[in-house]
Amino acid sequence: MMQEGLDDGPDFLSEEDRGPRAVNVDLQTDATLQVDISDALSERDKVKFTVHTKSTLPNFKQNEFSVVRQHEEFIWLHDSFVENEEYAGYIIPPAPPRPDFDASREKLQKLGEGEGSMTKEEFTKMKQELEAEYLAIFKKTVAMHEVFLCRVAAHPVLRKDMNFHVFLEYNQDLSVRGKNKREKMEDFFKNVVKSADGVLVAGVKDVDDFFEHEKTFLLEYHNRVKDASSKSDRMIRSHKSAADDINRIASTLYTLGTQDSTDVCKFFLKVSELFEKTRKIEARVAADEDLKLADLLKYYLRESQAAKDLLYRRGRALVDYENANKALDKARAKNKDVLQAETSQQVCCQKFEKISESAKQELIDFKTRRVAAFRKNLVELAELELKHAKVIFYYTWLSISDSIKSVSQPAVIGSPIGWSTIGPVSSGFGRCRPSF
Amino acid sequence: MAAEMEPPPLGDAGQTDFREIEDGEGFFVSTVTILESPEPSSPDPPSMPAEGISTNGPKQEDISLDDDPEDLFAEATEEVSLDSPEREPILSDGPSPAITPVTPTAMLTPRMGLGTAEMFERSLDELEEDESGDTFDMHIAVSDPEKVGDGMNAYMGYKVTTKTSMTIFSKNETTVRRRFSDFLGLHSKLASRYLHIGYIVPPAPEKSIVGMTKVKVGKEDLSSAEFVEKRRSALERYLMRTVKHPILLKDPDVMMFLESSELPRAVSTQALSGAGILRMVNKAADAVNKMTIKMNESDAWFEEKHQQFENLDLQLRKLHASVECLVCHRKELSVNTASFAKSAAMLGNSEDHTALSRALSQLAEVEEKIDQLHQDQAYADFYLFSELLGDYVRLITAVKGVFDHRMKTWSKWQDTQLLLQKKREAESKLQFANKPDKLQQAQDEIKELEGKVQQGEKDFELISKTIRKEVSRFEKERVKDFKVVIIKYLESLVQTQQQLIKYWEAFLPEAKAIA
Repeated sequence: MMQEGLDDGPDFLSEEDRGPRAVNVDLQTDATLQVDISDALSERDKVKFTVHTKSTLPNFKQNEFSVVRQHEEFIWLHDSFVENEEYAGYIIPPAPPRPDFDASREKLQKLGEGEGSMTKEEFTKMKQELEAEYLAIFKKTVAMHEVFLCRVAAHPVLRKDMNFHVFLEYNQDLSVRGKNKREKMEDFFKNVVKSADGVLVAGVKDVDDFFEHEKTFLLEYHNRVKDASSKSDRMIRSHKSAADDINRIASTLYTLGTQDSTDVCKFFLKVSELFEKTRKIEARVAADEDLKLADLLKYYLRESQAAKDLLYRRGRALVDYENANKALDKARAKNKDVLQAETSQQVCCQKFEKISESAKQELIDFKTRRVAAFRKNLVELAELELKHAKVIFYYTWLSISDSIKSVSQPAVIGSPIGWSTIGPVSSGFGRCRPSF
Repeated sequence: MAAEMEPPPLGDAGQTDFREIEDGEGFFVSTVTILESPEPSSPDPPSMPAEGISTNGPKQEDISLDDDPEDLFAEATEEVSLDSPEREPILSDGPSPAITPVTPTAMLTPRMGLGTAEMFERSLDELEEDESGDTFDMHIAVSDPEKVGDGMNAYMGYKVTTKTSMTIFSKNETTVRRRFSDFLGLHSKLASRYLHIGYIVPPAPEKSIVGMTKVKVGKEDLSSAEFVEKRRSALERYLMRTVKHPILLKDPDVMMFLESSELPRAVSTQALSGAGILRMVNKAADAVNKMTIKMNESDAWFEEKHQQFENLDLQLRKLHASVECLVCHRKELSVNTASFAKSAAMLGNSEDHTALSRALSQLAEVEEKIDQLHQDQAYADFYLFSELLGDYVRLITAVKGVFDHRMKTWSKWQDTQLLLQKKREAESKLQFANKPDKLQQAQDEIKELEGKVQQGEKDFELISKTIRKEVSRFEKERVKDFKVVIIKYLESLVQTQQQLIKYWEAFLPEAKAIA
């Protein structure tokens, strides 16, 4: 029972049948285009994803095919969407985060260095855990990349994008190199300008109530999700640390238990066993919280940013439109370059209206997806927490009754220290407990 | 087991307390109760929450189990409510309303099987065998820490209440006020009297300059409150361990400590006093001596035990460190959970889908309750587990000290023997030197030394015998202590899980209700 979760890793990959395994996004599967990541290989410093497509669309040469892609190619695809003016009115699915095994690799390395200072069992145990952690991170990154592709595939317009088709089908290397230093600097400055501009644009009050509301809502929501995401990360890390401590306690109790075969040692062994089981489950609890809660929040942090970007683009277009109107009025007043101003104004108007039209639907869809994703994950979180708590409860309870059975000397009844040690202590609890 | 757990109709004030907890705490089986019914097959663990077994119901029965430790359980009934702050912790020095002297057998028979009744009889006999004369019936409580005085001369006064029916004490119940240095003074007297002849004198709680300074300065914050509580609890355990020792109990200083209203100030316990410095010098000298004494261990038992205690010391220290880590991380977890709860509440506020917003707020509430749970668990981790380990690490140091004293005794004996031999050689030389007065002197010295050698051998044998007895008593105590405390700790874990189950079960329908 403990293994099931460990093997499957993140929920993304386990319970759903074939079809988009994206869990944070509730997508309609569509037979005309199905994309998934069927395999992944982790090499020294990169991950190679096998993108598998099944499609009945005529655009593709075959009905089913696979290609190998790396993270940079995903980023290239995402950026091409962002830079495409045609897609200004859509929420661009957020790019998957870069696979980051640095922390895990560092821990494995440290473990290797410290091999001499611990017993063989401890070493094997820790190695197993770190490997499991590595595997979990690996599965997560696969899932993130898959979610991105599935979102694109599910989007009525983006799925038709040429670059997307090339990405899916072209079985040679796309020769997409990562951005070099200069380009990264350019990006950085572009972002600075964009955020400054974003503030200006956001300041312009929108005539449309719907968008005005969305603007305020998204701003606050995005910030709160960010906060919740970082706090949930911290909470889960503490949880993992506590589980690790229980692991060490279990090991030491085991050593104590194997020193001789007296009653108390048998007792220690039993307790050690219990703690060993408990900490595995506690680690699972932390992992599940990570998947269902932390990842959910992280994903919606990125998506709400993408939604904000959409609103920014629309706001930008609105400002451009209003400026074009003013320019047109001026031109008409001076009767100079009127035609030019008219065309310019027309273009701006069309752009703005096009964006507005699709943006509204996109934002409504965003809300629907968000609510569905939260519902699914919160329900699953509660169910998993419940399941784990019941299991720990059961094991601990069982262990208590087992331990009592092994108490050959019922001197517990007459053990003043035992009771008095504990008795008045609790009265201290009440005095000591702080109030929040 | 559910049916058996129904609290017996004791019909007193305490009962109401227990009823309150009943639905909340659900299945919380006390150590002793489980002892009585060794077959746990009846209860159905996963459905615990539904069975609403009273937390303290079984404990009521604990009380009735024993005549001897009846008073002990008086305090024990208040023990746990790791997460029900609404229960007013009944202070241990007041007469507990929950105790009603009910005849054991009447309580027990409906619940216990015959086998366990026999076990119970046997255990009482064993106990009686242990102590000659009075059966051990004593309970000491340390409570009511109160700051006396101001500034750097301030100190904490503690109320020490002794309840006993033993005849060596003049009263059944005595209450005195003592301060920390009084405890240290008692320990130092006992140590100087008993340690060198092989008795394991329980070590007193450690001094803490930082902790005390904070208290003296009047910092009324959480850490100083925790410090005071930690110390109070440690002092109590110290006293209980001391009086459990049959020899130490009868020591006049112990009786004076417990009974007399005024105690001469133990100045020599101050770290910077003359006596303190002398102690430090002695300790250093001892350490050097230990290294130089090479004892021919003729007794395999001692060799084995010594090794055993070394191992135990190592492991317990390791365990203690790990548990302290756990306490720290759990406290951290509690803080982080609280902070996440607030964040989730904010998120819920800004969410514009009403059902989701409500669910997020509920999640925030659940997490807030869970953080309190983690905090309580951290307290249990500490007070039950960590402090026990700390106590035993110190106790084992005392045990090792006793072994060292034996070595010293042996060494003294050997030295005297060597001296005797030298004197004999000198005497035989003198026999040929024709110096009658020197000869006489030498013969006198030899006689004296022979006496000393005999005494040395007797001392050595006595200390060896005492140590054997002490070690066996210590082992028994250790077994009892560990089992009881660890089971108590496990019970706290069980309760935490149970609460978690409750909270998540309440949340699940809310999450499902998101439309």
